[in-house]
Amino acid sequence: MGESYAAIMPANAYNWIAVWRRNFLAWKKAAPASILGNLADPITNLLGLGFGLGLIVGRVDGTSYIAFLAAGMVATSAMTSATFETMYAAFARMDAKRTWEAILSTQLTLGDIVLGELVWAASKSVLAGTAIGIVTATLGYASWPSILYAMPTIALTGLVFASLAMVVISLAPSYDYFVFYQTLFLSPMVFLCGAVFPMSQLPGSFQHFAGLLPLAHSVDLIRPAMLERGADSVALHVGALCVYAVLPFFVSTALFRRRLLR
Amino acid sequence: MSTVAIDLAGVKKSFGDKVIVNELSFSVARGECFGLLGPNGAGKSTVARMLLGMISPDAGKITVLNEPVPSRARVARVRIGVVPQFDNLELEFTVRENLLVFGRYFGMSARKIEAIAPSLLEFARLESKADVRVSELSGGMKRRLTLARALINDPHLLVMDEPTTGLDPHARHLIWERLRLLLARGKTIFLTTHFMEEAERLCDRLCVLESGCKIAEGKPDALIDEHIGSNVIEIYGGDPHQLCELVRPYARHIEVSGETLFCYAPHPEQVRVKLRGQAGLRILQRPPNLEDVFLRLTGREMEK
Repeated sequence: MGESYAAIMPANAYNWIAVWRRNFLAWKKAAPASILGNLADPITNLLGLGFGLGLIVGRVDGTSYIAFLAAGMVATSAMTSATFETMYAAFARMDAKRTWEAILSTQLTLGDIVLGELVWAASKSVLAGTAIGIVTATLGYASWPSILYAMPTIALTGLVFASLAMVVISLAPSYDYFVFYQTLFLSPMVFLCGAVFPMSQLPGSFQHFAGLLPLAHSVDLIRPAMLERGADSVALHVGALCVYAVLPFFVSTALFRRRLLR
Repeated sequence: MSTVAIDLAGVKKSFGDKVIVNELSFSVARGECFGLLGPNGAGKSTVARMLLGMISPDAGKITVLNEPVPSRARVARVRIGVVPQFDNLELEFTVRENLLVFGRYFGMSARKIEAIAPSLLEFARLESKADVRVSELSGGMKRRLTLARALINDPHLLVMDEPTTGLDPHARHLIWERLRLLLARGKTIFLTTHFMEEAERLCDRLCVLESGCKIAEGKPDALIDEHIGSNVIEIYGGDPHQLCELVRPYARHIEVSGETLFCYAPHPEQVRVKLRGQAGLRILQRPPNLEDVFLRLTGREMEK
């Protein structure tokens, strides 16, 4: 058992790059549509809620509401772009398109493929998160260097949510099941994790629970970076995000083995 | 280096309580074309996938290119080219891009891939389609591209799961011709098929599989000689069971399949004389082939 488990893990440190490059080539062919699709939603939310709701709310956490919200939108868009890339595009490559099957007949392992898909999904998160950061900076609600400070967390957030979505697709019989993950896990997290309002507004017990969720850790790192404040417990947040990224990787790879290599 | 490319010993596989492969043993020599022949559901694809390490056997031992499989299947796959049962090409990519992307999975540089791509495209007769999207290719062209793609790593062994299923006769003959060229170049080919003609034309040796069990193994000619060894008269029309009684004295063996009576007779002229005067019959006399062997062994029809 141990031997066969080792056989599906990444074979070396660079095999995954071929998978990433395959996805990049496919993405380049439809880049304009893809970028628009990725950015339109979070930017609409940022501007709509930021300007509209911002008028009523006034200042939050010692800053304008739109500046507060921008960090939440950057984290949220990193979360959704990695999730959707994995749940829909990677699922199609694993299932209907048989792309993974083709790759498995080469010298790559299942672990190489999953790793390549994770890094690819995280790359799309960086693209989406950075673009919203650029919009925020252009409007003057964040400084330009602050986008750079937030970038490592954006990438890590992408890895986390791609990794979690990998577990979902390794179990889901079809696309129809993704909606449960979306509505029961992702959507509540946007409201629980301080993306659109401070977590201190939540009842006490909720705060403790919400503090454990991955998006809360990203927001707690991205917001101070974008507002150029010192962040608290950086090591804790980074550590928690790393656990959320690494653990599901092993779980999903093992589940894919059961699904694809019987 | 060993002269054995593939070795299976006592391989078993069940899914749930359904036995898919049962105590299967065979061995394929280097440079040989070995065919696994059997009807749909016989377990052919399961065996092909086991050779690649994509399915682990419950019992038994598999060695491919001197590597134990599945534990070191990845190492073996470096020298294997695979033509899967269903095309899994990149439909949005061009023919050339498909080769590029696939070559990278073997750790090849773009320069190295570009250097060998023209010869692969020529081999697959796709030179004029290099920059065409795969979604625009015909079924036969896609299959040839899959074959070219399988050759990108210059494999010693090709594993093909039903390489010509779903192709028209012209496209099928073109694939067969290409495969013979590969054999002439010294490649080893393992293929699964349910086409008797394919097995007879291409394979040096065959293993006939039914419900996961080996029911015969050998060279196509030897199998035909051993199991049939006489001319075949196919009789259409009339009541096969009534005709059966009529020709029985002259036949070594008789098989009824659907509306057709197969009469295996050492002296076919005697049968023809006997049938003379029977109205509405169509009679075809021919040398025996693998299909007769299969009918004989299983009492079942296979697809033509």
